Amino acid sequence: MISRKPIAVLLLVVLPAGFAAVWGLQKSLDRQLAAVRQERDELVLRSGRLVNVLSLEYGTFLADVYWTRTVQYYGEKRVRQEANFDLLAPLLDLTTTLDPHLVVAYRFGAVFLAEPAPRGAGRPEQAVELIQRGIANNPEQWRLWQDLGFIYYWELRDYPKASQAFLEGSKRPGADEWMKVLAAKVAEEGRSRGVSMFLWAQIHDSTKDPLIRKNALNHLQLLKAEEDRERLDELVQQFVQRFQRMPQTLEELVSAGLLRGKAVDPQGYPYVLGADGKSRLHPKSPLAGEHVGNSAAR
Amino acid sequence: MTGPAIEIEGLTKDYPVGFWLAKKKRSLDNLTMQVERGEVFGFLGPNGAGKTTTLKLLVGLIFPTAGTARILGQPVSDVGMHREIGYLPEQPYFYDYLTAYEVLDYFARFHDLTAAERRARVEGLLKKVGLETAGKIQLRKYSKGMLQRVGLAQAIVHNPQVVILDEPMSGLDPVGRREVRDIILELKRDGRTVLFSTHILSDAEMLCDRVGVIAGGTLRGVGAPGEIVGLKAKGMEILFELAGGSGGAAIAAQATQTGNRYRIQVPEEELFGALEQLRGAGARILAVAQVKATLEDYFLELVGAEGAQGAAVEVSGR
Amino acid sequence: MKHAGIVAWNTFREAVRDRVLYNLVFFALLMIAAAVLVGQISIGIEEVVIVSLGLTAISVIGLLMAVFIGVGLVYKEMDKRTLYALLAKPVHRWEFLLGKFGGLLLTLTVNTAAMAAGLFGAMLLVQPALKAADLCVLIAVYFILLKLAIVVALALLFSCFTTPLLAILFTTGLYVTGVFAQQIRGFGNITGSRTLDAVAVWFSYLLPNFENFNVIAAAAHRRAIPGALVLQNTAYAVIYCAIVLAAASVIFSRRNLK
Ligand SMILES: Nc1ncnc2c1ncn2[C@@H]1O[C@H](COP(=O)(O)OP(=O)(O)O)[C@@H](O)[C@H]1O
Ligand SMILES: [Mg+2]
Repeated sequence: MISRKPIAVLLLVVLPAGFAAVWGLQKSLDRQLAAVRQERDELVLRSGRLVNVLSLEYGTFLADVYWTRTVQYYGEKRVRQEANFDLLAPLLDLTTTLDPHLVVAYRFGAVFLAEPAPRGAGRPEQAVELIQRGIANNPEQWRLWQDLGFIYYWELRDYPKASQAFLEGSKRPGADEWMKVLAAKVAEEGRSRGVSMFLWAQIHDSTKDPLIRKNALNHLQLLKAEEDRERLDELVQQFVQRFQRMPQTLEELVSAGLLRGKAVDPQGYPYVLGADGKSRLHPKSPLAGEHVGNSAAR
Repeated sequence: MTGPAIEIEGLTKDYPVGFWLAKKKRSLDNLTMQVERGEVFGFLGPNGAGKTTTLKLLVGLIFPTAGTARILGQPVSDVGMHREIGYLPEQPYFYDYLTAYEVLDYFARFHDLTAAERRARVEGLLKKVGLETAGKIQLRKYSKGMLQRVGLAQAIVHNPQVVILDEPMSGLDPVGRREVRDIILELKRDGRTVLFSTHILSDAEMLCDRVGVIAGGTLRGVGAPGEIVGLKAKGMEILFELAGGSGGAAIAAQATQTGNRYRIQVPEEELFGALEQLRGAGARILAVAQVKATLEDYFLELVGAEGAQGAAVEVSGR
Repeated sequence: MKHAGIVAWNTFREAVRDRVLYNLVFFALLMIAAAVLVGQISIGIEEVVIVSLGLTAISVIGLLMAVFIGVGLVYKEMDKRTLYALLAKPVHRWEFLLGKFGGLLLTLTVNTAAMAAGLFGAMLLVQPALKAADLCVLIAVYFILLKLAIVVALALLFSCFTTPLLAILFTTGLYVTGVFAQQIRGFGNITGSRTLDAVAVWFSYLLPNFENFNVIAAAAHRRAIPGALVLQNTAYAVIYCAIVLAAASVIFSRRNLK
């Protein structure tokens, strides 16, 4: 018969004590390593084509790995509030070279490469390049034309080119009708809040990527807040005309019957009235301090 | 020191079998026996009888389902006891990237020997098992018989009290078998205890103080070879010739024929009658001799009834 | 302990005689080629690239050896029955295991040391002289060795109760999981369920965290590695190996040799 004692010792002493020690060490190792890795942003291989060769038939899988890494990279930077997204372009480049049909990667790039800090890398010209490569590789994807038009419209403010992109996209099979309308509208009016909101709503609704959606939602809320404040400012003007004085607070607009209830921003924070008679976002609102980006001049 | 060298009590081993290892196959069933100090004990049995199983249990390579075994008074689970035992596995195999010298030296290192002692012992043993010239060759170039010799050498490299050998003669040529026999006898002269298994009866007959016969996992008998054999009187053998064409005698029908010679065995008390009968049939009697019973007969008699091959007993899974 | 040493030495001797160390030639050629190539194509970052490439190669070659030799260590001796004669000597089974572990670790140490020497040689081809800052490369090599020790222990554990093929699968599987342990922890939000996430994070602390030993990036940029990290990583590897080897010993000591 074999003794059972070693098993008991293993299960009751060695494993618990050992893993407790491992646990404790890991906690402090995590701290140590965080210091060592602070600026660990780097890519050993920046050439997508080289990686493609090296990855043999696993390119598609590797693309997913890089895609994950891209999202993680962006997410971590946002969390740490670091404004430099230097690796975003090479990462997206690698990902899309390994898997040229990973549409979400192009769309991700369209938004976050183009947007200025702290939301993105502020490199709209790289975003255009990426999207154009995406269009070449995926001609059937009319949404990529939408994205191209969007970059021209939103970041580069090149409305003829934006209009042209929307028009091209509208000719693709399956493209939604509004693409044509949008092309005409942008060609005619250039920038308008209506178009901006519509485009952000489209971006929001046409993807499942949570980062893109969250960003689009944020933009929509900012645009809505901008609209609200313009409306409030008009009401303040009406108040001044009627009472020949500035209101002290926005509540006065309510008691004057100009406003039906307390005016709140899309995050639920009440707007406040500045000393200059202009409405503002509540300082505690998460939207406060964010750049709206729709004003015609920047 | 007193007491037997090896005491085995109720030793039982079930091997799990089947895909899920849920069924159990009993390979050794309630074995109880003793090997006295200083004796050469032969463990006899056909293939699959449970000999190797028993010896592996003694060396602690496998663990018993039930029962106990002691060597020199120590339980076999005590690894320290291995200082006093030597073991030759069945069809031994060693690191083939080493030379015979290195293997023996390696094994000797596990015993408390000085470098000089080790060297002396290894060189002496290589000579003893007839490998002094091959000692510097890697084992991958060794034949089966040569490996067997290396195995025997490593089993006794540390001068153990108890030597356990599993089929020590297998794979050896007649010269080799003779050398192994000499080594076993020498061990006995030195007062060592030797337990070896074999299915070759003549070896056991020649060497053993006592033999134990095992078949189908159970012990069938233990005793001195002479003692066991003496129990049986085997009768007489008659060798005769039948002149061509003489009327076929009834008795010739029972005889074995080679050419025109016949051979027949009869019990001692019927010898006279048989001779009369043969002479009546015109047979020429060439020789009459007493048949000596051998261990083989005993063995076959014990084992034969149940079929000697693969006689392990099935027991249902618990 | 002395017995384990004897087994270890024999294991090392086996590796040497089986020409396991021939891989060094391959590594040397790789390093020379890399040094030449890197010198040709990149300006300014040769010292970075050569170190990250060299350390990665040392790690990969070491891992391959640790896994593929490690899973065979015990299995081969059982399969070929070389173990029978050995265990009939006054050798405890745990001594045998420890010896096997030590033997392969010794092999890997010699191998890794030789590769590290090659790497430093290649570094000298692209930089005029070694600097004090290059010490972190040596530390990175040491960390790789610590990592290999855990891998060997795991391979040994699995080879105590499965076939080599399964043991390779288990070991590499655990290695990959161990590398991702860091990610599991970093993400925090994995399954969407709070309790499940807590369990996953909790569990990730028990997995061998191989990312602990990855300082290749820091070494490539010659960033100093704190002494505390060296100490803690050493303790981590020692404790982890001890746990795994203890488990392996218990399993192996109860095993019937076929
Ligand atoms: N590892 C094992 N698994 C299952 N059955 C086994 C194992 N080893 C031996 N047996 C069985 O046990 C019986 C006894 O085997 P063994 O002791 O090797 O016989 P012997 O040495 O007398 O020829 C045989 O029927 C054999 O098939
Ligand atoms: Mg046998």
